[in-house]
Amino acid sequence: MAALSIRGLSKRFANLEVLKGIDLDIESGEFAVLVGPSGCGKSTLLSIIAGLERASGGTIEIGGRIVNDVAPKDRDIAMVFQSYALYPSMTVRQNITFGMECRHVPKPEQDAAVANVAKLLQIEPLLGRRPSQLSGGQRQRVAMGRALVRDPLLFLFDEPLSNLDAKLRVEMRMEIKRLHARIGATIVYVTHDQIEAMTMATRIAVMHKGEVQQFADPDTIYRYPANLFVAGFMGSPPMNTMPARLVAEDGAPVVVIGAGRPDEVRLRLQGYDAAAAFRDSEVVLGIRPECIAEGQRGFAGTSNGPIVVNAPVEMCEPTGAETIVSLRLGGERALARISPDIRPAPGALAPFALDTRRICLFDPATERLIA
Amino acid sequence: MKISRAIIYTVLVVMALLFLVPLGVVIANSLRASQEIASTSMIGWPRQLIFGNYPEAWNQFCMAEHCWGIAPYMRNSLSLAIPATLLSTMLGALAGYSIALWRFRGDNIVFALVTLGIFLPEQMKLIPWVVVLRDLGLMNTIAGLVLIHTVQGLSFTTLFCRNYYVGIPQDLLKAARIDGAGFFRIFWRIILPLSPPILIVTVIFQFTGIWNEFLFGVTFTSGDQQPVTAALIALSAAITSEPLYGVQSAAVLIAALPTLLVYLFGGKYFMSGLTAGAIK
Repeated sequence: MAALSIRGLSKRFANLEVLKGIDLDIESGEFAVLVGPSGCGKSTLLSIIAGLERASGGTIEIGGRIVNDVAPKDRDIAMVFQSYALYPSMTVRQNITFGMECRHVPKPEQDAAVANVAKLLQIEPLLGRRPSQLSGGQRQRVAMGRALVRDPLLFLFDEPLSNLDAKLRVEMRMEIKRLHARIGATIVYVTHDQIEAMTMATRIAVMHKGEVQQFADPDTIYRYPANLFVAGFMGSPPMNTMPARLVAEDGAPVVVIGAGRPDEVRLRLQGYDAAAAFRDSEVVLGIRPECIAEGQRGFAGTSNGPIVVNAPVEMCEPTGAETIVSLRLGGERALARISPDIRPAPGALAPFALDTRRICLFDPATERLIA
Repeated sequence: MKISRAIIYTVLVVMALLFLVPLGVVIANSLRASQEIASTSMIGWPRQLIFGNYPEAWNQFCMAEHCWGIAPYMRNSLSLAIPATLLSTMLGALAGYSIALWRFRGDNIVFALVTLGIFLPEQMKLIPWVVVLRDLGLMNTIAGLVLIHTVQGLSFTTLFCRNYYVGIPQDLLKAARIDGAGFFRIFWRIILPLSPPILIVTVIFQFTGIWNEFLFGVTFTSGDQQPVTAALIALSAAITSEPLYGVQSAAVLIAALPTLLVYLFGGKYFMSGLTAGAIK
């Protein structure tokens, strides 16, 4: 059953169209992440799902019921805010029970629910405190407790980890993921952080300029980005993209970077039948930094060894876990991720192994993925 | 450095003394016998400390054919200022809350119109109020003055509260709406508990303003319905034979006592409340 189903949703503020016909189907039990740069409309979309803002067009269905005209409190949702939005004058316990109080849930039932949630989130010792007496991480837990206690059809998270420091963010990220696995709730989670999206989501909707660019599982998004925007937004450092020419050699597709230059790079591809229509024309080649490695590296599952090219090194950035190398492929700049203990000298030529199976080809006109 | 500091202090002390001279004269006169003042000068140290002026001013002195001092008028002022202060503060808080936190069509225009009331001169509003009080049958009643001060106080209290409430994050309201709270429950359970700093400011401001108000008191009430500010005029008018400066001074000081106390106990909150920012 679709827990949330959005059809042709649009939103206009005066003359500004912030959402342009959004279609999304989120299955029950899914952890869907809406990700995109600021101003892409993801938070507005979440507000409309919550009922805090009205849609200009289209329908929203929660649990099979059209809720366009239903008040937020009657949508069977719970929301966690970036600012936590804990009621400052109430204790943690009152914060958690406030919603039940509004819905006239009997007191014994309220107490049982609070005990349950407090145990789940390990916030029992905090129940008597006020929000101002809590640390950022504790506030975050209380905000989640307030949402969990409702046991709704749909959880909405609006950038809940952005106000935490880096270390705590990683901890809470894992904790939310564990929580999802444990209670099997349906979650719509908004973030601008593509790592949060990749690590937590069962499916990611990448948004840009009020449109969903791609809605797929994290592996598909990463491996087959639907267009150049997704390719550039997901992944850090992002996918290398560069102009190239697609030709045929002995019937097999070959992509040429810097065609005609003395240092042109010719990469023979296997498969890529969908690219047949682009033979002898310009394409945009995309290759992830981790698909360019030091020369002696073998990529798992390759039958006849990786393709190795000698390329000039521009700069080295050792990060500890790996070394990021800026190099030139047929004159085009690219980033490579190589082993941390290898430091090629800037200005010199060094051998690099390329995993050509994972190359993406984009149409330069439409910017869409060809193959 | 030291010299400039000395100059600053000298100037400040001189200014403060100049400002306090009238108060000093009144306090001194309230402790002098009226004959002593009449025979010497309005300004001077008491030759003999007399405390009888205070009880006389409070409930014995005769003015406007009654000999009951200013006590009944003090009661009038209290039963006028307290309800009008509380009503205008509560309504202002509610209005400020709706303007600041609930966006509605034309909310900025409503806010502009409400605050326009601050800039309208009181004299301009006299005639309309005459009509209103007459039609409501509230002429020459304390209730009529309560109505006037409640309505007129709304401009200030709404402005104060609105400016305080705009600092409250919208997310709080969104969370409460999802929790199922409505307009009044959100006000009562979430907003009001955050409001003491600004409520103290508006209460002090309103109480002082209403207590000291003179024009409406003297225009719309007479006789035993008058607030103390209006009655003090009758006190000076009652002086026919010899000017009773001692009793008058005592009466003025008694009349000023409530606002003085409010200032002494609430002044600290007043200053901090005015500068209080958003709620974390």
